[in-house]
Amino acid sequence: MTEKIGKGVWVEIHNIVLQPGERAPQVPDDTARVPLEMCVKGFLAEPAGLGEEAEIVTAAGRRLRGRLSAVNPPYRHGFGPPVPELSSIGQELRHLLAERKPSDEC
Amino acid sequence: MNADGYQAIMAQRNEIMRRSVGIDYQKYATGVLAFDYEGLMAETGYDIDRIVEVQRRTAVGATPLVELENLTRLARLLAPPGNGARIFVKDEAANPSGSFKDRRASLSVHEGRRRGYPGVIAATSGNYGAAIASQAAKAGLRCIIVQEAFDSQGVAQPEIAEKTRACEAYGAEVIRLSVGPELFYVFLKLLKETGYFNASLYTPYAVQGIETLGYELAQQLFERERIFPDAVVVTHAGGGNVTGTARGLIKAGASESRIIAASVDLSGLHMASDRDFNRKSFTTGHTGFSLPFTTWPDRADVPRNAARALRYIDRFVTVTQGEVFYITQALAELEGLERGPAGNTSLAAAFVIAQALREEQVVVVQETEYTGAGKHPIAQLNLARRMGIEIRRGDPKTSKPGQSIVIPECPEQLAVAEVDLERVRRSYLHNALQSLQKHDTLTAADFAFLAAETRLDLTTVEEMIDELIGQTG
Repeated sequence: MTEKIGKGVWVEIHNIVLQPGERAPQVPDDTARVPLEMCVKGFLAEPAGLGEEAEIVTAAGRRLRGRLSAVNPPYRHGFGPPVPELSSIGQELRHLLAERKPSDEC
Repeated sequence: MNADGYQAIMAQRNEIMRRSVGIDYQKYATGVLAFDYEGLMAETGYDIDRIVEVQRRTAVGATPLVELENLTRLARLLAPPGNGARIFVKDEAANPSGSFKDRRASLSVHEGRRRGYPGVIAATSGNYGAAIASQAAKAGLRCIIVQEAFDSQGVAQPEIAEKTRACEAYGAEVIRLSVGPELFYVFLKLLKETGYFNASLYTPYAVQGIETLGYELAQQLFERERIFPDAVVVTHAGGGNVTGTARGLIKAGASESRIIAASVDLSGLHMASDRDFNRKSFTTGHTGFSLPFTTWPDRADVPRNAARALRYIDRFVTVTQGEVFYITQALAELEGLERGPAGNTSLAAAFVIAQALREEQVVVVQETEYTGAGKHPIAQLNLARRMGIEIRRGDPKTSKPGQSIVIPECPEQLAVAEVDLERVRRSYLHNALQSLQKHDTLTAADFAFLAAETRLDLTTVEEMIDELIGQTG
């Protein structure tokens, strides 16, 4: 049995808004082949298990239903490692400013 | 038929719009295509002093105008003798939510509240969402932001992921959608269901809110140097930034300043493509928005777009993604300003444009935006690499959007590509004709309107229209 997540926990629900056959006529083929998906976060209105149908109360106070897809979902975006193609630009430009006079050739 | 199904909701579009913006656009129609643009703008009842007053209440505006002395020096090293205009930047990252979008949001939210709407909704994946959420928080209004946020593999665009976080930090409900223009359907359905105010980017309020930006920068430069800018470079997407800034400059008396629109070149990438979604490193300020919106502004989420860029643009240029990343790094390391990258599109262009102007001239870059996790060249380039895009140093001219990002090897390689405004105007007129119904006949008011829209004289408009009709039969 799936463990129930308690009422009031910050979660995310997932819904399919449009199935592949229902997409707008003007979308390109690659988009038409996949569904239009929606994710919304909120506080769980009643206990529910991951993957089950659940109801949330959103930050705007709306009640929405969908499949419970994540519990207290993390923000995963970040910077990642420094990019070598950018790392030396500052140094190069400081050298240019220090060494060159106006109108010198490259 | 399902009352909330795609077709049903789209069919109710006009009625939903009318209730959610509270403007009767029909009232301003003066012809088949023509409408009273200045009349619509005046409908808001705000003059520039009143807008400033509203914005000051939430600490919006009065951002510093910073001279970029080191970048100017660098430009002068590359320019012919006597050339190399002084480059200034309006540091809009100093606004409460970190971008000039606070100006747009402030008036919209103020108006939504004044009219008694219980909340505000905006469809935006960018800085505008955070701006609306921030303003709504202060105004005590509910707020829903609808974003196009991830592809069918669940991969989120890092810049948009950061906007999700920022909107949630301001207490907004964020609806995250996968790729597709049907976002508009979800947006309409929400407006219908909630009765909230449509804080569109394209209402007269949203565009008038930006007028203070042009107004302020002209005043600041004049107070400091006793001159108005020779050129103002504006990052161009949906047209609001160009329109509002230009109108503000004119109101400050700086009507001679050249308005130069700059966009990132994303040609070849399809804006509604699930595959292409994460193969572009810029989510705004690019040609995927600026070309369609300049050539047909009324594709917006309101019946008549208050942002009409073609009325104000004197010159339109594009730069590459790699050039914007390069100048972003230069701005951080030479000027001590870690900003952008998207707002630096105009800076990349200004750096090149300054080299063609005289030393005593001034070019102003009219915005910066905050930076941070996700909203940073490093985050964008790491995602690009993961998506199989080649990243290298080299001549940026050799880059191909969606396939390669080329970071210049030296500042000489930065360049701008001209967008042919003649073609843009022709394309606008073509779209105008396409929008007509079979029985519609253009009136004298329509021709005058088209002339004002395209800044062409009446005879040229008539000739071009005849030619276009001839082509399409």
